[in-house]
Amino acid sequence: MNPFRRKSKNTAKDRLRLILIHDRIELTPGKMEAFKEDIRAVLRKHLEMDIDDFEITVNRKKDSMALEADIPYRNPK
Amino acid sequence: MGKTIVITSGKGGVGKTTATANIGMALALQGKKVVLLDADIGLRNLDVVMGLENRIVYDIVDVVEERCRVDQALIKDKRHKNIMLMPAAQTRDKTAVKKEQMEKLTKELIEEFDYVLIDSPAGIEQGFQNAIVGADEAIIVTTPEVSAVRDADRIIGMLESQGISDPQVIINRIRQDMVRRGDMMNVDDIIEILAIHLVGIVPDDEEIIISTNRGEPVVLYDKSRTGEAFRDIARRLEGEELPLKDFGRERLKDKIKRMMGI
Repeated sequence: MNPFRRKSKNTAKDRLRLILIHDRIELTPGKMEAFKEDIRAVLRKHLEMDIDDFEITVNRKKDSMALEADIPYRNPK
Repeated sequence: MGKTIVITSGKGGVGKTTATANIGMALALQGKKVVLLDADIGLRNLDVVMGLENRIVYDIVDVVEERCRVDQALIKDKRHKNIMLMPAAQTRDKTAVKKEQMEKLTKELIEEFDYVLIDSPAGIEQGFQNAIVGADEAIIVTTPEVSAVRDADRIIGMLESQGISDPQVIINRIRQDMVRRGDMMNVDDIIEILAIHLVGIVPDDEEIIISTNRGEPVVLYDKSRTGEAFRDIARRLEGEELPLKDFGRERLKDKIKRMMGI
């Protein structure tokens, strides 16, 4: 077996993370892309920011869910 | 006053029934009075795992439909006086016991026992809803696979919406050889993803199949690793703080086998 191949447990984790987001907020991958595109448009409009690709996660808190987006941006100047 | 705990999972076949039998027997070995309640109606199996299948006269549906008294349906375990089983009905469907009936039955049982452990059917159908109605707490069994962890997450959400918050999780069938080479999610990976409270890790071992063949819960075998894992879970339920054992380490026996190429 190739020792440099990606460990399959990491693939499992990445897939699970995405699946759980979709399960927890009932957002399909297609709808998620549209949602992110809208967020990008709002940020561009108000902040004149260039937005790279970013991830949205849904985490279980004590009594509720938290929708979290970690959005890196580059200053256009 | 005792505790009523439902043992459940999202996905089927992850080891709920084995977990129920072993946790129950381990608690009995610690001196607790335990009743196991098989709520998987139509797919009765807890009796087989416990090796008590030949002693069934009445079942849970006979009790709720008042064809017999509660104590007539309870099967005593000859190996340990502290544990009893109320079997499921094999010929009826999952809706044969109504929510109110289940609630009444668990209330009655908890007067007599320290623990009522309910073996629930998998999934989110009516049978699951009925099985959890009498429970104060939940233990969710999962394996380290994408589909099982995903379904466990769904069940955690559903239990919380039903007022059973902070369920505890057992990760079953960890294979240390696969964890070591990075081909199986380890305990930390799963905790990170689910943000859960872990009550135990159980290694994948052929001992379980052998003990099930014999109808003897593996906690009855002193030297068994899986038995030890379930005994630890029972002690944690009793409030003991025990470190989680690292089943990622290779046993000498296995190391020798591996080096010899067998």
